[in-house]
Amino acid sequence: MVHLRPALLLTLFFTLLTGLIYPLAMTGIGQMLMPAQANGSLITRGGVIAGSSLIGQNFASERYFHGRPSATSTTDPADVTKTIDAPYNAASSTGSNLGPSSKALLDSVEARAKALGPGAQPADLVTVSASGLDPHISPVGALAQVGRVARARNLTEAQLRALVERQVEGRDLGILGENRVNVLALNLALDALRP
Amino acid sequence: MQADLLQAGLYALVLLAVAVPLGAYIARVITGEIAFLAPMERAILGASGASGPQRWGAYAASLLIFNAVGFALLFAILFLQNRLPLNPQGFDGLTWHLAFNTAVSFVTNTNWQSYGGETTLSHFSQMVGLTTQNFLSAASGIAVAAAVARGFAARQATTIGNFWQDLVRIVLYVLLPLSVLFALVLLALGMPQTLSASVEATTLEGAKQTLALGPIASQVAIKMLGTNGGGFFNVNGAHPFENPNAFTNFLQMSAILAIPAALVLSYGRLVGDRRQGYALFAAMAILIVTAFVALYAAERSGNPLHTGFADPSAGNMEGKEVRFGILGSALWAVATTAASNGSVNAMHDSLTPLGGLVAMLNIQLGEIVYGGVGVGLTGMLLFVILTVFLAGLMVGRTPEYLGKKIEAREIKLAALTLLIMPVGILVLAALAIATGNAQSSVQDAGPHGLSELIYAYTSATGNNGSAFAGFNANTPWHNTFLGLAMILGRFGYILPILAIAGSLAAKTPAAATAGTFPTHGPVFVVLLIVTILIVGALTFLPVLALGPIAEHVSMLRGTSF
Repeated sequence: MVHLRPALLLTLFFTLLTGLIYPLAMTGIGQMLMPAQANGSLITRGGVIAGSSLIGQNFASERYFHGRPSATSTTDPADVTKTIDAPYNAASSTGSNLGPSSKALLDSVEARAKALGPGAQPADLVTVSASGLDPHISPVGALAQVGRVARARNLTEAQLRALVERQVEGRDLGILGENRVNVLALNLALDALRP
Repeated sequence: MQADLLQAGLYALVLLAVAVPLGAYIARVITGEIAFLAPMERAILGASGASGPQRWGAYAASLLIFNAVGFALLFAILFLQNRLPLNPQGFDGLTWHLAFNTAVSFVTNTNWQSYGGETTLSHFSQMVGLTTQNFLSAASGIAVAAAVARGFAARQATTIGNFWQDLVRIVLYVLLPLSVLFALVLLALGMPQTLSASVEATTLEGAKQTLALGPIASQVAIKMLGTNGGGFFNVNGAHPFENPNAFTNFLQMSAILAIPAALVLSYGRLVGDRRQGYALFAAMAILIVTAFVALYAAERSGNPLHTGFADPSAGNMEGKEVRFGILGSALWAVATTAASNGSVNAMHDSLTPLGGLVAMLNIQLGEIVYGGVGVGLTGMLLFVILTVFLAGLMVGRTPEYLGKKIEAREIKLAALTLLIMPVGILVLAALAIATGNAQSSVQDAGPHGLSELIYAYTSATGNNGSAFAGFNANTPWHNTFLGLAMILGRFGYILPILAIAGSLAAKTPAAATAGTFPTHGPVFVVLLIVTILIVGALTFLPVLALGPIAEHVSMLRGTSF
């Protein structure tokens, strides 16, 4: 009893303080002072929400640069006990979780590489990202797609190479992370260049 | 390579720059010198009926009962989630075994994710349930460290402090202010914080994309600071909303080790000899740098099976994010497994065999390389006691620590804790194999399947929470036994170290003589590391040989499974 009373009262107190007041206060401050970030860094185009600058989206058309392979899935509408592939499903993040010696992984990497061309391909284009929502590819991965997109859009490769180079984001603070290209931003710029 | 070295060096510098002042501050919070909220403190403690200094048994009882109440409340919230407010997605209540596993997991500071985050939990469960326990399990761990430091430093005392007072002070002066600050920084850097569940976007190709959202920044701040690690999303810190860029990645990695590293320095101050803290800090630093070099080298070298398909110069990118790269993923993987944080920003299941081995071994050492907040330090002190005992045996003297005689009772209690990791990992994994429950849950064939199973029970017993996530843990069997492993791995260490603190508090320190074995010099640091490796790590060599080492060797021969 001597332990139970403080245990109950302090649990109640801290649930209110750290479970309600703290997150709600942060939500209030975020919504008031930093609404763009607090609501998911959304991008609108023509009055419609076109996505988030932080979240990758699925590009399958020849006319766009493609993001990384994604392992996300969704419930099969025909049979709710099964799942079907749904790349870049931002309501259900996942990686492949395949082990390094997995035959299934090896087969997928091989198939993706061969679809891109002969020889070794940029690693990020043949491997699945951790989240399934990776918004970026490497600059090498973007340049490797220039030829295909140029043909589909009737643009010159030089024009597209220049576009990609303008879209390369450097390391944060000049030190942290990697050089990268945001695929959605690149494709928006591409549409602006030639719809 | 050069850029990678620069980032790793910057990380070490930032950690030191944070740990030194934070260690001093936390020490002053524990002694009561910091008291700017004293009236609020008194009001809370007075209303709750908490009373003065406690013997170790009463201290432990308060902690156990507090954690039991926390478990009951969290279990109820998760189980009844469909009847509670703030459930915009209309999620069902969790099954009994998933609610049990998740409640145990958050109360023991493990934060293993059998649940899927955005596909399983309502905002109410995330905020009121999980965020609260993120604070309280972390505060419980730091309270244990405070009580142990007091006990070790005391002379002829019967008590080791008051649990309720430690708890309140740690939340009010340390965890909550740091979390508010960190949450706002994360928000400014792009992490969402909203009560809406999702937003619909129309992609450039005209498809619908549902972006799951929520009160993310507030939960992530304490998740990283309190070595909790349970994510808002299924993929945890790999999700772009939970870790938007390399800058948030760097800050979150720093937050993982900030308090565990600071507490080691607080300890030196609290026992009145800062060199004691430096010695433990040095031993931990040597172990973590070694682990980092090994894991980074393994990931950088890539996957030899993919030669000819994937450009090897980019390293092993399966299960990693471009914005973090190899360095940002390797550094996180080491920090999160060395501390018992358990968050991930890359999928550990897809690490190279040797990279996965390092992650696993970090946990198997007992989560003492900085370790979980509070309990990492006290776990290390158990190894210190064993080390002075072994050193004493070598020269035939009664072992001493901080001038106090270490006698049969303390040695027995410390030695008992050596059984926890082997029982939780090897015995429970063997049981899962014998009953067929392992075979039905592993995803990969070959040696990697064994690694997945061992990693799960390692993570649970070590209260880590990271996973080889191909392993399907959400079954009645694994939810239950992983939950039991978490309880064993939490309280199996806390109770003996509190008992040792209680018995050391009663002793009178003797003055150091020429025959005293100093516990702050390089000789002691080396002995401590050797003890950890021989006593702690060697136990797991056979199973590591069957899992990751066998996988590595067969991979080099070109075999896939």
